[in-house]
Amino acid sequence: MSADARRLRPVDVVIVGGGWAGSIMAKEMTEAGRSVVMLERGADRSTAADGAYPASLDELEANFRYRLFQDLSKNTVTIRNNSQQTALPYRRMSAFLPGEGVGGAGLHWSGVHFRMPPDDLRLRSRVIEKYGRRFIPEGMNLQDYGVTYEELEPFFDKAEKVFGTSGEAYMVDGKVVGNGNVFSPSRSDTFPLPALKDVYTAHLFRKAAAEVGFHPYSLPAANASRQYVNPYGVQMGPCNFCGYCSGYACYMYSKASPNVNILPVLRRHPLFELRPRCHVLRVEKDADGRRATGVTYIDAQGQVFTQPAELVILTAFQFHNVRLMLLSGIGRPYDPVHNEGVVGRNFVYQNVTTSTVWLDPKVETNQYIGAGGGGVAFDDFNSENFDHGPLGFVGGSPVWVNQAGVRAIAAANAGGPPGTPRWGSAWKAGMIDTYRHSLRIDAHGANMAYRDVYLDLDPTWKDAYGQPLLRMTFDWKDNDIRMNRYVVDRIGDVAKAMGARRTHLVRREFGVPFDTRQYQTTHLGGGAVMGEDPQTSALNRYLQSWDVHNVFVIGANAFPQGTGYNPTGMVAALAYWAAHHIRTTYLAQPGPLAG
Amino acid sequence: MMVNIMINRLKVTFSAAAFSLLAGTALAQTPNADSALVEKGAYVARLGDCVACHTALHGQAYAGGLEIKSPIGTIYSTNITPDPTYGIGRYTFEEFDEAVRHGIRKDGSTLYPAMPYPAFSRMTKEDMQALYAYFMHGVKPAAQPNKQPDISWPMSMRWPLGIWRMMFSPSPKDYTPAPGTDADIARGDYLVTGPGHCGACHTPRGFAMQEKALDASGGPDFLAGGAPIDNWVAPSLRNDPVVGLGRWSEDDIYTFLKSGRIDHSAVFGGMGDVVAWSTQYFTDDDLHAIAKYLKSLPPVPPSQGNYTYDPSTANMLASGNTASVPGADTYVKECAICHRNDGGGVARMFPPLAGNPVVVTENPTSLVNVIAHGGVLPPSNWAPSAVAMPGYSKSLSAQQIADVVNFIRTSWGNKAPGTVTAADVTKLRDTGAPVSSSGWNSMSSGWSVFLPQPYGAGWTFAPQTHTGQDAAQ
Repeated sequence: MSADARRLRPVDVVIVGGGWAGSIMAKEMTEAGRSVVMLERGADRSTAADGAYPASLDELEANFRYRLFQDLSKNTVTIRNNSQQTALPYRRMSAFLPGEGVGGAGLHWSGVHFRMPPDDLRLRSRVIEKYGRRFIPEGMNLQDYGVTYEELEPFFDKAEKVFGTSGEAYMVDGKVVGNGNVFSPSRSDTFPLPALKDVYTAHLFRKAAAEVGFHPYSLPAANASRQYVNPYGVQMGPCNFCGYCSGYACYMYSKASPNVNILPVLRRHPLFELRPRCHVLRVEKDADGRRATGVTYIDAQGQVFTQPAELVILTAFQFHNVRLMLLSGIGRPYDPVHNEGVVGRNFVYQNVTTSTVWLDPKVETNQYIGAGGGGVAFDDFNSENFDHGPLGFVGGSPVWVNQAGVRAIAAANAGGPPGTPRWGSAWKAGMIDTYRHSLRIDAHGANMAYRDVYLDLDPTWKDAYGQPLLRMTFDWKDNDIRMNRYVVDRIGDVAKAMGARRTHLVRREFGVPFDTRQYQTTHLGGGAVMGEDPQTSALNRYLQSWDVHNVFVIGANAFPQGTGYNPTGMVAALAYWAAHHIRTTYLAQPGPLAG
Repeated sequence: MMVNIMINRLKVTFSAAAFSLLAGTALAQTPNADSALVEKGAYVARLGDCVACHTALHGQAYAGGLEIKSPIGTIYSTNITPDPTYGIGRYTFEEFDEAVRHGIRKDGSTLYPAMPYPAFSRMTKEDMQALYAYFMHGVKPAAQPNKQPDISWPMSMRWPLGIWRMMFSPSPKDYTPAPGTDADIARGDYLVTGPGHCGACHTPRGFAMQEKALDASGGPDFLAGGAPIDNWVAPSLRNDPVVGLGRWSEDDIYTFLKSGRIDHSAVFGGMGDVVAWSTQYFTDDDLHAIAKYLKSLPPVPPSQGNYTYDPSTANMLASGNTASVPGADTYVKECAICHRNDGGGVARMFPPLAGNPVVVTENPTSLVNVIAHGGVLPPSNWAPSAVAMPGYSKSLSAQQIADVVNFIRTSWGNKAPGTVTAADVTKLRDTGAPVSSSGWNSMSSGWSVFLPQPYGAGWTFAPQTHTGQDAAQ
C-alpha cells in the first residue's frame, strides 16, 4: 500500500471504469450480494443532463470538441509504426476516440451490436483445420479465445436483452426463422426487438448485394426500433433516426448505454457506490504479489486514496486495462524480441476502409437520416464464411451501408469526390452533390495479431500524474492489406449493380504505414488476451489474470486478434460470462478458475 | 400489461433495495424500541410523505428547512428528527399528537396550516403511536436549527392562527367509515383524506386558505383541483372525463402511484415528489384501496364535455403546412420528436398531450412551466428510469412558448382556452428561480400569473419541489 494514500473502508469489489463492462460487472456483483465501488476517471453523466435536447445536438461540441471523450491533456498513448522509431504522444483526437466519463465508450458509441462468429473464436484451430499450419504467415500470432460460441450463447442473448437490440434472426434452435444473416450461428432466441427499417441507401444496397449473389441482412443495432423495457426494468424510447448517435448521449433513450440500460438500477442499489472523477493509479498487491489488495486512486482534488477490496475488476477500456496491468506488475510484460511474456502481446486494431458511390442526380440519398447501428450488411467475405485457400490471406471483412446520419460539419468536411478543390464554388458543388446523391460502403475488416505489433510502457513520456504513458507499436501488414483489397473489389461489384454514376473505392495500399491523422475506428483490441495457455495469454478463459487470481480484466483487450465485427457485443457477453463464473464458482472458493 | 410484467420482474430485483430504502432512516434505531412498531411508523410516515416537506433540497431527511411559499410570506419546514435541542426529541406522545393532529406546538402556539393537520386530525391513534415510535427511535437526529418564517408584521403574529384552527380544523377523531362502507373504499378514504392529505394540493382553498372540502361530504369542491404549487397545478381527481380521472381505470391509478408512469400519463412536477418519496412505497393493497376510493367518488358535471380525438392536427403537422397555425412549427421542431405528430407520445416515457388532463386544466401553469423549465419523470423502485424533459426558456422566445402552449391546449381534440400570452410566459420566467445549470430541471418558485383562483394567484401553500433536484429519500 502507498504510504501517503488515505486508506478507505474495504469493500467486496472495486471496479475500475464506468462503461459497459464495469456496469455489467457491478450489476452482477450487487446481484450476488457484494458491495461494489465503481471508480470512473471522468465526470458523471446522465441522459437528463448530457442528452438535453436540443443543446445536446451540437455537432461542433460533440464531434469536434469531443465532449464525451478522453482528456488527452492528462493522459494519452504514444504511437510509432515500428520498434526502430521513437514513439510520440497522441495529442489530438483523430485515428481513434477513447471515451471518458460515466458510460465510457458505451455512451458515445453508435450501437452496432454483434455476436462474435463461432469461427473467429477458434480462428487458429479453424485455419489449421481448413488450410494447414503453414497457411499462417510468419510472425502472425494467431490464437483461439479458449471459449466457444456455444458456451457464450446465453451471454450474447442476455446482453441483447439488456441492450434492447433490434435485429432479424436467421436461425433459432437450429431452425430457420427469418431473413437474417445466413452465416450467423443458431441462437436461443430472436432479437428482443425487430430490425430497424432500412434507410433508403441501405434499401438500395440490400437490393444490389442480393442481385450480385451476396446475402444481405439487417445490422443488429442497439438502437431500439420500438420502445422497450429491459430485464432490469429500465425503459428505452423508439429510435427516430435523427442521426445523432456517435458522440452523443441519445436524448430519446433509444441508443443503449450503461447510463440508460443499467446504471438507473445500480444507482438505487444500496450495495453500489459510484465515484466519478477518480483516476486509478495502480492495483495494489500483497507482499508476495499473488493477490490484489485493492486499488490506489487520485480524486479530482488531487487526494490519493487506497480502496481495499477482495476482488479487483479492471474495465477501463482496452488499452487502459493493459496499461494498468503493466503499471501494477500483473502478468509478465510482453517481449517482442523473444515473443515471450503476455501483457502487451497481440495488440490489434480494425482494418476499415470506406468507399463512396455516387448515384444518379435524381436519386436523393437523404444522408442526414440514420441510426448509429442501423443498416444492411453482407458477410459473404467475413470470418471463415469463404474459402481463403486460393486467396492467401487470413481474416475477412463484413461489408455494409451503415448510414448513421451525416451531420452538417461532417458533410462539409467530406467535401466532394477526389480531385474536387477544397474551397470555392467547385468545392461547394462537389460537396452538395456528394451529400445529396452519394452513399458510403464500409469494408469493416479484421486485423490479425503480429509478433512485432504490441503495447508497452513508454520510456520517455509520462501522464499528468507522473506515470509512463502506454506505447503503441503498430503498422499494417501485407496479409491484412491483401484481405482489404480483395473485399473492396467486391464493393465495386455491388456499386456497379446499384447503377453507380461514379465510384471511389478506397483500398489499403501496400507500403503505406498506419496514419494516426485519419479517423479509422475506436475498435482497438488485444494486449491482455484471453486463452488457455498462460504462455500466450494474460488472462484465462474466464478473463481472470493467470498470475493474480482476484483480478479480472474485462474488455476488448481480451481479443487474441481482431475481428470484422464491432466489439461491444462481444465485450458485453464476455462480461456476463466472467460474472457468471465469478458468481457460481469464484466467490464460494476464491482461486484460479483455470489451469 | 407490459407495466405489470415490468413491475413483477422488478419486485424480485428490488425487494431488498426497497426494504432498505423504506428503512433508510432507521439508522439510529435504538435496540430497546419495539422494532415492529417503529417499522409500522416508518410506513405511516411514508403514507404522510412527511419526508418530502420536512427535508430541505439536498438536506438531511426530516431535518427541515424546505422553503414553503404562501400568500403572506415564506415559511420553512421544521426539524422533526429526535434531536433534543433542535428537533422533537423532547416531545412526549401527547405533545407529538397535539402537533400532528391538533396543529398545536409544544410551546402552545398554532402551526401554520401548511402542515396539513386538518387532514391528519382523522388519523387513528394507533397510527399516531407508530409514527411517534418511528420519529423517536427510527430517525437519525440532526442538530439543525429551524429557520424563522419570512413573514412581516402583522401577519407574523401567530395568535390569529389559533382562531383559524378553531374555525377550520376538525377536532381530532379516529377515522371511522360510515356503516356498510366497503372495507377497501374505507381504507382508501382514510388514506386519501387522512395521512395522504391529497386535498392539501388537489382541493381548492377558500378565503382563509382552508381547503374547501376535507372529504367527499364537501361536495364537488373536494379534490376538484387546486391552485398552482411551485408552478405545478394539481389537477382534479374527480371523474371529469377531460380534466379529471374520468378516463382512468383503477389499475391506471394504482400503477401511476406505484411507478409514476402509465400508458397515457407520466408524473412530473410536485406530484413527482409524492410518487418518488411516498406512494411508491405503499403496499399494493393500499394503492388499490386509494384507486377504488377515488373511482367511487360521486360524479361531478363535466367541465369541458367529453374528449374525442381529432386526427386533423396530426394530418396538418404531417403535411408540413404549419406556417398558418401559431405554435405548430415550434411543435414540429421541438416537441414532436418525443410527443409525436399525433400527440400520443411514447407510453410511460413521454406522456401524450392529446387528451391529457394536465394539459387542459383551466390553469395552464404546469404546461408553461414544464416547457420553460423542463421536468423529470422521477425514478422509482418499480420503474428505475428517470426520463427528462429539457427546459426551453433559453432556446424559445416567450411568444414561441405561448404559441406552442396554446397550440397544445387546442389540438388533437383538446378544447382548453388557448389564451396564454407572451407576457404571461415572461412573467413566469422572470419571477421563477433561474434554470439550473443542468438545463432540464425546474426550480421555479414564482407565483403563477394565471387565472382565477378566486382569491388570487398562489392562494395555497407551495413547498419547493425535490424532483429533479434530489434523489428520493
